[in-house]
Amino acid sequence: MSIINEMRLDFPALAENEAFARMVVSGFLLPLNPTLEQLADVKTAVSEAVTNAIIHGYGSGKGTVRLHARYTDDGVVTIDVIDRGRGIADIAHARQPFFTTSEGEERSGMGFTVMESFMDAVDVRSAVGEGTTVRLTKRIDARAEPLARRA
Amino acid sequence: MLSYVRKKNTLTVRLTGELDHSVAASIRAELDELILDPRVRRLVFDLDGLEFMDSSGIGLIIGRYKLMARRGGTVAVAAPGRRVDRIFEMAGLYQLVERLA
Ligand SMILES: Nc1ncnc2c1ncn2[C@@H]1O[C@H](COP(=O)(O)OP(=O)(O)OP(=O)(O)O)[C@@H](O)[C@H]1O
Ligand SMILES: [Mg+2]
Repeated sequence: MSIINEMRLDFPALAENEAFARMVVSGFLLPLNPTLEQLADVKTAVSEAVTNAIIHGYGSGKGTVRLHARYTDDGVVTIDVIDRGRGIADIAHARQPFFTTSEGEERSGMGFTVMESFMDAVDVRSAVGEGTTVRLTKRIDARAEPLARRA
Repeated sequence: MLSYVRKKNTLTVRLTGELDHSVAASIRAELDELILDPRVRRLVFDLDGLEFMDSSGIGLIIGRYKLMARRGGTVAVAAPGRRVDRIFEMAGLYQLVERLA
């Protein structure tokens, strides 16, 4: 599958950039003509991953979050949310519903579960002390032909 | 954004706009001030005007549920949108909090 469109965005790990990241991603996906439902699914997943990068990856301290999004001519959208923060020791455990390391801060431990239920696939790569990449994948629709022709 | 109305022992809080981590702390602070009022025995979240919510909303509501439960009070959510409803369902929120239409 060949890439039709691609974008990278680096921003500081500030809470006010959570809404910005959601807006950027939905703007980027508009040419795919997604339904409002699909757009909201992706925005929710991106919000979870970006929030995790800010509060867990960087412990609400300084750092840069990178968003790398692309879509291919078969309508498959891939969004990487990347931090160079503290990393996750046990990824399988972290992905379990209700698992959180921020009990006192009123986190519910449902972020990964929400990402999984709104995207087709969620892939996590992480190393302690190096950072985390969350790859969110979703097929937006069956518009492969017109998009392929346009590309 | 948050607006509220208290009728007898019920405090109804209407949340509008987007509920994420960036606004959860200030909403929490405002709510906790409001429910200090000992007359409040029931807290209802009116979510009809909520345009976006992620898992930060679960933590916010469960946190307020714990505060209310500690003093024998209850919490309900009204008019959650489809996606918000699904998130609450996943989190088992409706085992703690009543869902109104
Ligand atoms: N980018 C990250 N860097 C380091 N740790 C992470 C990262 N993302 C997630 N984690 C770890 O995985 C756990 C689970 O994440 P998840 O998003 O499911 O729940 P949460 O953020 O704790 O709570 P919620 O998302 O419901 O508010 C986190 O508590 C944290 O320990
Ligand atoms: Mg999270």
